[in-house]
Amino acid sequence: MKVFVKRNSGFQEFEVPRHPSQTVLDVVTYIQRSLDPTLAYRYACRVGMCGSCAMTVNGVPRWTCRTHVDRVVRNDALEVGPLKNLPVIRDLVTDMREFFDKWARARGQFAGERTKRDDFHKVKPSSSDRVQVDSNIECIGCGVCYAACDVVAWNPDYLGPAALNRAWTLVKDERDSLKTERLRAVAGDAGCHSCHTHMSCTERCPKHLSPTAGIAGLKREITKAVVRGKF
Amino acid sequence: MLWIAQRASAAVLALCVAVHLAMIIYAVQGGLTAAEILERTRGNAGWLAFYSVFVLAVTIHAPIGLRSVFAEWLGWRGRSRDVVLSLFALLIAWMGMRAALGVFA
Repeated sequence: MKVFVKRNSGFQEFEVPRHPSQTVLDVVTYIQRSLDPTLAYRYACRVGMCGSCAMTVNGVPRWTCRTHVDRVVRNDALEVGPLKNLPVIRDLVTDMREFFDKWARARGQFAGERTKRDDFHKVKPSSSDRVQVDSNIECIGCGVCYAACDVVAWNPDYLGPAALNRAWTLVKDERDSLKTERLRAVAGDAGCHSCHTHMSCTERCPKHLSPTAGIAGLKREITKAVVRGKF
Repeated sequence: MLWIAQRASAAVLALCVAVHLAMIIYAVQGGLTAAEILERTRGNAGWLAFYSVFVLAVTIHAPIGLRSVFAEWLGWRGRSRDVVLSLFALLIAWMGMRAALGVFA
């Protein structure tokens, strides 16, 4: 098949043999090892755990290690590029700093009150808040949602689905002590209120999470806080 | 909170637009003339109140929506945009109330 790979200089065409159960990561690895060793790309685990091999495949952000060529090939051709909405370092490698800095800006760090001298905080797994946290907690920070998000493309300050989803899981965490500060950090033009609910993040998330639901939850919590005069 | 104002005014508009459209269809089907319509609206405080609420909701809703459109489509942010949109809100309020009062008095 023909594979068009986005390099710094533009798209470069390669001819790659097809194999059964071949993934897009296999294709990129074949190109780098057998055709052009100067190709830069990033991967680690190869089994969908680390999230570092995310790229744009035929215009769609995906984990290349979990994407079979059979599922995405069109007319015996593939187009592979770096994730969108992130600066490119080289070829298929993006600079993820801004993506993770936004997690910090969304106050993505847990802030508990207990010390090691206190007893464990017992959280009931069936409690409504914990159920909501559980449904969104498995994010591994691959950046697929961020690359899929239209609002990030239009508004570079927008915190993005992953950072807002992280904030949501902390707002709903009953052990956390920073609720109002968190809501302030994610309100306004750079935060949850800019989300248009296009749901591209939810559509593309390889973990099948719904950042959209989390962002809607943040809007709800902020509205409640405003009504109660706690914002 | 602009977002809350936007959502609340949208809820009001959903009702107002439905009533407004229903009234237009009713007036057209009934074959009412302009004079007959004016006869019913003149001095009717209920219609004045309804259209005042309608105008207020549009005055709140439209500029906040345009604020995002300008930011995302034109990259126009900051004070200049907000000043222009505040003036636009005043223009809508003035034109809308002028029309509402026009059929009342």
